[in-house]
Amino acid sequence: MTIDQILGSINDKFGSKVLKTHKTGDKRAYVDIYPKDIVDIVRFMLKDLSLRFNIASAVDDFDGIEILYHFSLDPAGFVVTIRAIIKDKEDPHIDTITNVTKAAWWIEREMHELFGVNFIGNTDLRPLLLPDDWPKGVYPLRKSFISPKRDSRKS
Amino acid sequence: MSNYKPTIPIGPYHPLQEEPEFYKLVVDGEKVVDVDVRIGYNHRGIEKVSESKSFDQSIFVVERICGICSSSHPITCVQALEDIGKIEVPERALYIRSIVQELERLHSHMLWLGLAGHFLGYNTVFMWGWKYREPICDIMETVTGNRQNYAMLKVGGVRRDIEKEHVSYILTRLDDFWKQLDMLKGAILDDPVLHSRLKGVGILSREAAIDYGALGPVARASGVDIDVRRDHPYAAYDRIKWNVITQNEGDVFAKTVVRILEMFESVSIIRQCLEKMPAGPIDSNPKDVPAGEGIGQAEAPRGECFHYIKSDGTNSPMRHKIRAPTYMNFPTFRETVIGQTVSDATIILAAIDPCYCCTERMIVVDDKDNNIMTAQDMIRLSQEKTRKIRERMLG
Repeated sequence: MTIDQILGSINDKFGSKVLKTHKTGDKRAYVDIYPKDIVDIVRFMLKDLSLRFNIASAVDDFDGIEILYHFSLDPAGFVVTIRAIIKDKEDPHIDTITNVTKAAWWIEREMHELFGVNFIGNTDLRPLLLPDDWPKGVYPLRKSFISPKRDSRKS
Repeated sequence: MSNYKPTIPIGPYHPLQEEPEFYKLVVDGEKVVDVDVRIGYNHRGIEKVSESKSFDQSIFVVERICGICSSSHPITCVQALEDIGKIEVPERALYIRSIVQELERLHSHMLWLGLAGHFLGYNTVFMWGWKYREPICDIMETVTGNRQNYAMLKVGGVRRDIEKEHVSYILTRLDDFWKQLDMLKGAILDDPVLHSRLKGVGILSREAAIDYGALGPVARASGVDIDVRRDHPYAAYDRIKWNVITQNEGDVFAKTVVRILEMFESVSIIRQCLEKMPAGPIDSNPKDVPAGEGIGQAEAPRGECFHYIKSDGTNSPMRHKIRAPTYMNFPTFRETVIGQTVSDATIILAAIDPCYCCTERMIVVDDKDNNIMTAQDMIRLSQEKTRKIRERMLG
């Protein structure tokens, strides 16, 4: 399977739900979609196209929070990234994909904790990395968060 | 009797390990009925730190994520940056990258083997493993100048060349290592006690491995045939002949077999690289990294490393996502530990090679006897079981 065939089958299946596709080389492609279609498209990628879920990553961009879901087609060496752009930075939310793959269990907890993204339907969004006394509503990987100076070391 | 189930907290600090974590085992008698883990004690916010560094500095920052696989993150990072800028790497540099990667795999697997031996009460394996790992670190010092944190990688190439006069030294040390490894392989894989101690213990099924997205030796021991070196070729791996080692059983024994056999492949890869390595430049001296996004993947000793970098045209990353292999392998022990005995929990947690089982500060709280167990007790429990099996088998 080539990367064009993968993009073709995503376009055939989802049609107008796909906002944009672009390739950045023979082995990398990015597909932009609406957040509401994420579960369907992830299920299609994993179950129909048999891709492997690498990881998801969130990006705090100017016009919203992007969630990128990276998938690999292993024998062929491609990475196809599904990008869902959440416009609402105040209360970002998207459906959970943990019902489709358990591999997203930890990363959704992490994005919830570090970016403040709410994964609807995920019942286990306990903190994963930050200390228990971390203040509520402070998301360290948002661009608005400035790392405090490490003055405590000097005192 | 109420529904109260004793809980075993493990961690969060352990002197043997490079990272702290906290396991909570819920036990019913000898049996583990639930397990949870709390990580983050070592969270340094490196993704955030990287955003405030220049691209060249980021490579040094990610090198400090892990002391064991300290060239896996840099190579993934530079590959992500090379993906953004479509930067070509000279042929000789690709071979040197493969050599460094495989040396790292050798010493990492050796280290794991030693610790696994210790937890099972095979302290000779521990001594051998760590003794034979030393020459690998010496080769590393010859090639890169450092035993750890090699600072070898840069965008567009590598920083140091392998000198001609060093090649014969490296080959001699590798020949010695091969013999020692062969002896170790026989001592471990032909030991009937270890067979009955490790076979059928902590099985990760193929389906679960795929569902959890398990990587590296953990996935390959469960029959999932994935290896980034072959599937997403980088460095010089597509220019030489080698095999991906897989096993189908998914138990601790299979994971041990995969790691031991992989070391033979690594030695063979290094030998072929040294032989085939062409002369020429080692750095393409690229200029800036343009705006764009890039993905890097590399097979670390524990599985696929994954970096995503978004650049907005300035000289520092706008976003740098780092996914280490253990992040995916970690949650699988919900599948492997539950239903097993407490004395097996130690080696099952170690088999994932996250950073071996955190046995320090381990306490069993039992409502009946108020049993309190320390780290030594937990290791002793594991070693005791091996001893009993040995006695039974040898009469």
